[in-house]
Amino acid sequence: MSAAPDHRPTFADVSLAERLDKAMPFLLIPILVVLGFFAIGAPSSWLTLTVSGLAMGMMIFIMASGLTLVFGLMDVINFGHGAFVSVGAFVGVSVLIAFGDWTGATSLLLNMSAVFLAVVAAMTVTGALGWVFERVIVKPVYGAHLKQILVTVGGLIVIEQLIHVIWGPDEIFINRPEMLKGAITFAGAAMEKYRLLAVGVGAVLFIVMRMILRRTKIGLIVRAGVENGPMVEALGYRLRMVFVGVFIAGSALAGLGGVMWGLYQEVITAGMGERMMVLVFIVAIIGGLGSVEGAFIGALLVGLLQNYVAFLEPKLALVSNIALMTAILMWRPQGMLPVVKAK
Amino acid sequence: MIVRLISGDTPRSPILTALLVLILTCLAGAPFIFEGVRALDTAARICIFILLVASYDLLLGYTGIVSFAHTMFFGIGAYGVALASTHMGRGFDALLVGSVSGALAAIVLALLIGLFSLRVRAIFFAMITLAVASAVAVLVSQFSNITGGEDGLTYKIPRVLTSANRMGEVMGVKFTGKILNYYLIFVCSLVLFLTLLRIVNSPFGRVLQAIRENDFRAEAIGYRVVWYRTAATCLSAATAALAGSLFAIWLRYVGPDTTLSFEIMLDILLMVVIGGMGTMYGAVLGAVLFVLAQTYLQNLMGAASHATEALPLIPELVDPDRWLMWLGILFVLSVYFFPTGIVGRLRRQRAT
Repeated sequence: MSAAPDHRPTFADVSLAERLDKAMPFLLIPILVVLGFFAIGAPSSWLTLTVSGLAMGMMIFIMASGLTLVFGLMDVINFGHGAFVSVGAFVGVSVLIAFGDWTGATSLLLNMSAVFLAVVAAMTVTGALGWVFERVIVKPVYGAHLKQILVTVGGLIVIEQLIHVIWGPDEIFINRPEMLKGAITFAGAAMEKYRLLAVGVGAVLFIVMRMILRRTKIGLIVRAGVENGPMVEALGYRLRMVFVGVFIAGSALAGLGGVMWGLYQEVITAGMGERMMVLVFIVAIIGGLGSVEGAFIGALLVGLLQNYVAFLEPKLALVSNIALMTAILMWRPQGMLPVVKAK
Repeated sequence: MIVRLISGDTPRSPILTALLVLILTCLAGAPFIFEGVRALDTAARICIFILLVASYDLLLGYTGIVSFAHTMFFGIGAYGVALASTHMGRGFDALLVGSVSGALAAIVLALLIGLFSLRVRAIFFAMITLAVASAVAVLVSQFSNITGGEDGLTYKIPRVLTSANRMGEVMGVKFTGKILNYYLIFVCSLVLFLTLLRIVNSPFGRVLQAIRENDFRAEAIGYRVVWYRTAATCLSAATAALAGSLFAIWLRYVGPDTTLSFEIMLDILLMVVIGGMGTMYGAVLGAVLFVLAQTYLQNLMGAASHATEALPLIPELVDPDRWLMWLGILFVLSVYFFPTGIVGRLRRQRAT
C-alpha cells in the first residue's frame, strides 16, 4: 500500500484587483449614488431624486424578478410578462375604486387595508392567469426560443385587447389613498410618502425572496435547477412542478408591480405593461439572465440613473438606460452576475 | 426568363401560383381595375408592406432571428425622406438623398446592434432590439424641433408625383401624378422584392438557412455565424428603410404613429407568420391578406357588432376596435398549428 500522495493545499493570494472585480457589481450602486451627489450639487434635490430612483428601481425589480427566474429555470423567455403587469394594475385599481370609502378616509389602517385587498386581488388574478398562460401558451413550445417569443407576443396582444374589452378603451385615473398622499420633509428634501413605501416594500420583498432562495429547500431546488436542470431531475425532483410554481409566483409579482406602478403613476393604460417590458428586459439583461440579485442591482441602477439623468438632462432619460446597458454589456457580455451558463 | 427573374424559386403549388399571378395583376393594374382613392391607397400600402414584410422574413424566416426593431428601420427610411424634403425643398434629388441616407443610417445602426448582441446570444437580440426601438421612438417624439414630435412632418414631394399633375386620359381613367407615384412605388417594390428573392436563393441565403436550422453545426462547418447573422440584419434593415422611404413618398407625411409604433411591428410579425415564415411568397400573401383585413374587416366587424347588439359581451368582443385581438388569437394558433403559414399549407397539399 503506497503512502497517500502529498497534499499541500495552496492558498492563492487573491489580489485586490480580483476581489474588486468580483465585488464590482455590488459597488456600482453606491458609486452611482455618490457620482449623482456630485453631479447634482444640491443635497436636498439629490436626496429626493435618490429616493424616487430607489422607489422606481424597486418596482422594476418586482416586475423583473419573475421573468429572470423563469428564464433561468426553464430557458423560457416570456414576452407576455408585461401583460400581467397591466392586468394586475387594472384588477388592483378596480378594487381600490370599489373600496373608495376606505381609500378616501383619513385613517392609515383603512387605507392600508384597501391597498392590501387590492394587492391580494391583483396577485391572485395574475397568478391564476400566469398558470393558464403557462398551460395554454408556453407549455407547447418548450425548447424553441423563436416560437416562444412569437407565441408569448401573441398572448400579450390578446390579453391587452381583453383588458380593453373588460375595462373599456380609455385610461383610468386613480387617486392614491389619503394617507399616502403628500410628502415628508427631511433635511430640506421632500420625499413622497408613497415612494418611501415602495422602497420599503421592494426591500422587504427582496430580502424575503433571497431568504427563500438561500435558506429553504424549495429555494435550493430552484437554484440547483437554474444551475443544472437535468441533474436535479435525475435526483428525483419534478422540476416542471417547480417551474410552474415559479411561473405563477413570477406572474403574481408582476401583478403586484403593476398595482404599485399604477399607484405611482396615478394613471393606468392597457399598454403600460408593454412599456414596462422595455425596462424589465434591460434590467434582466444587465443583471445576467436568471440571477435575482443581478436583477435587483440592475433595477436600482436603472431607476437611479434615470432619475438623475432626468433631472440633469430630461431629454436623455430613456437613452440613459440604453447607454447603461451598452456599457455593462461591453464590460460583461453575459450581464453582471451571470447564472445560466452558455445555454 | 420568368424563372430566372424569380431566381428559380417557383411557387411549387398551382393555387399559390394562381394567387400570386392574381395579386401581381391586381397590383400592376390597380389604378385601372379599381376605382377610387381608397383602393389606390390600399394597393400602394400593399406594395410597401409586401416589401417590408419580405425584408423581415429574411431575418425571421430565413435566419431565425427575432427582431423588434424593424419598424425603427422603416421609420429611419421614412424620416430620411421627410427630413431631406423639408430641408432641401421639393425635388427628386431630395427623395434620392433621403432614401440613400436613410438606408445607410439603418445599415450602420443594424451593424452596431448586431455586433453587440448577436455575439453573445441570439435571444439577446430580441430584447435589445425592443429596448433600442422604444428608445428611438421616444427620442423622435421628444426632439420635436427636428422631427416634428408627435405631430410628425408634412412636406412636399415633386409636383410630377401629385394629383395636380394631369396627363390626360388613359383607358378612360384620368392619369394623374398620383398614379405615376403609385407606379414608382410599385416598380421599386417589385425590383427590391426580386432582389430579396435573389438574395435568399443565393449561396449566401443557403448559409442563412443553415444557421437557422442549426447554428452550431454551421459554425463547425466553417461559416462565421456572427458575420452572416449581422449581414442578414444589415440587409434587412436597409430594405426596410427603403420601404419606409417609399411609404414617406406615398403619404407625404411621417409621424411616430404611422412609422415607428410598436403596433406596426406587431402587424409585421402577424403578416410574416400568417403568410408563412421562410418563404418570400408568404410575405406577399400575408401582407395582402392583412392590409385588406385592416381596411375592410373592420367594417364587417362593425356590422357584426351591430347585429349582436342585444347579446351580452359579444358586441364588445366583435367591436371593430378589437380586431387586433382576433388577429392575435389567429397568430398564436397559426404558430402552433401552421408554423409554415398559408404558403406551407398550399405547398404541402400538393405533395400529399
